[in-house]
Amino acid sequence: MREVSLAIVGGGPAGLSAAISARESGLGGTPPAGGIVIIERGRALGGILNQCIHNGFGLHIFKEELTGPEYAHRLVEACVRLGIEYKLNTMVTDLGTDTDGAKTLTLFSREGAERIRAKAVILAMGCRERPRGALRIPGSRCAGIYTAGLAQELVNMKGLMPGKTVVVLGSGDIGLIMARRMTLEGAEVKGVYELMPYSGGLKRNIAQCLNDYGIPLKLSHTVTRIEGQEFGRGESSDGCGRLRGVWTAAVDASGAPLYATEEFTACDTLLLSVGLIPENELSKRIGVRLSEVTGGPLVDDSLQTSVPGVFACGNVLHVHDLADNVTLEAYRAGESAARCIRGGAGAFGVTGGVRRIGLRAGRGVRYVVPNEIILPAGPKPSAGPDAEPGAEYTAYFRSDNVYRDVYIRVRLAPEGSCSDSEGAVIKSVSKRIVTPGEMETLKFSLETGKAATLEVRIEAKG
Amino acid sequence: METSLGSSTQTAGQEQTASQEPRREHRFICIGCPMGCELLVVTEVSEEGGPPSAVSGNACKIGERYGREEATNPTRVMTSSVRVLGGDMKMLSVKTARPIPKGKIWDCAEAMRGLSVNAPVKIGDIIIKNAASTGVDIIATRNIARGSA
Repeated sequence: MREVSLAIVGGGPAGLSAAISARESGLGGTPPAGGIVIIERGRALGGILNQCIHNGFGLHIFKEELTGPEYAHRLVEACVRLGIEYKLNTMVTDLGTDTDGAKTLTLFSREGAERIRAKAVILAMGCRERPRGALRIPGSRCAGIYTAGLAQELVNMKGLMPGKTVVVLGSGDIGLIMARRMTLEGAEVKGVYELMPYSGGLKRNIAQCLNDYGIPLKLSHTVTRIEGQEFGRGESSDGCGRLRGVWTAAVDASGAPLYATEEFTACDTLLLSVGLIPENELSKRIGVRLSEVTGGPLVDDSLQTSVPGVFACGNVLHVHDLADNVTLEAYRAGESAARCIRGGAGAFGVTGGVRRIGLRAGRGVRYVVPNEIILPAGPKPSAGPDAEPGAEYTAYFRSDNVYRDVYIRVRLAPEGSCSDSEGAVIKSVSKRIVTPGEMETLKFSLETGKAATLEVRIEAKG
Repeated sequence: METSLGSSTQTAGQEQTASQEPRREHRFICIGCPMGCELLVVTEVSEEGGPPSAVSGNACKIGERYGREEATNPTRVMTSSVRVLGGDMKMLSVKTARPIPKGKIWDCAEAMRGLSVNAPVKIGDIIIKNAASTGVDIIATRNIARGSA
């Protein structure tokens, strides 16, 4: 069986960035033995960036505004320059642990099936779009209902227009981007309907994709029914009709439709931009524990999952708003995997001799990444030549609502306490606004103290 | 809220439109951060010809700068995709090499409609020179090799 040091599942922004940092962290070796291999099921590297032809990528990483394909190009060029091996049109269908702890991957491609062994694996599979079935919208099962990302692929990659008159359900960024894209390609976009009282998309996209084109955004509204043409009267000959319109209604504070406000909007296309789900079928195969909130793996601060030697980054871990943040996260996963493979003292694959500090979501916080911080077990000298300041950690999190004029805080939570306990404040930052649509980061330092659990919270001022 | 890309939108250098309407109010949502401040920008053309503008509703300097720019010279990078003949992909993604006046977006979209290019294409290749007389080229944003899609 072929052996590699590091196998990276997925060749999108996360996988490419992780490969670059693993190599730059000194993970050497050349194929066929000892190297890094990226396994990509698509026909090209770059993942979803290839269809994200709009600009706004790269401001943090490359200090200029790039389109998705250009951002992908930069990462692919770096991988090629570093001599990183990649396999295209290849699907990883199984992931397991060998008796000696090495990981085994089952690959399928046109050449057939193959199994490889890797010292470490980085999960970078990204996510999938939440489909109509997950929303349980009643009505016709007609043609003309697309997820926003599928419509994006059809328009930008295949040159096909999904329809002429469009309603968008959900105000996620891809939905907003596609409202503009389809308008520019000649469609009429009648409106974007968002269940929540706030948009899930970036402010910039509301301004430049909707307001620029006079497309209304209806907050606290949803689609209540889908109406298709009757069987046999549709455009297609197989008896399955096309969408002829949707019913929409305002919703109350609990999200329940107010049927008295129901109205009909004629349209031939409904785009769904109602959330992304991390794709973790492979993670489950190898026994990685997943978060019930994000659907992504539980990880420590090195981005190692509950299975030693398996790391996760990008949208497979939690859904990001910005590709730049995916790259930064993946850089960390690549470094950690390289360190794990090198082994020795301080390797994150080593489970003994460390202390695990839990990091959990408290009041106002929907989820936090990482879920654990790993500290060396022995207390460090607090004075003298070996004294070190507390190491710095970063909590990445999303709020569960829109909060104005608040503190975001990391607090100590004494062991066994409930989440309303008031432990000592480790870090506090004042924020004018915190919204679920934009990921928050909070850097804090931690010494090898008494903490058993930390909590990230949003707290009112005064 | 300003919602039109049509001819009513003022762009830089259109002194005539401005002098016919010496005082205009614009409303924008600031895109500087998640706050989304609702900006009110009042532009006035003074006797000397310069259009001074007053921004209110902003919480910081970013809002002031954005509001003034949006009111006097709003620009956007426009992106699209065009057909490729004989390439390993069907569509080529493209963008304006620099931001163009917002009012020119539709003209650029029109210039690209029905256009097709021949493979191979290199990232940065000029696809349309001086698109819609903006002085800005439309360039390729990916490589496309010869092949069949």
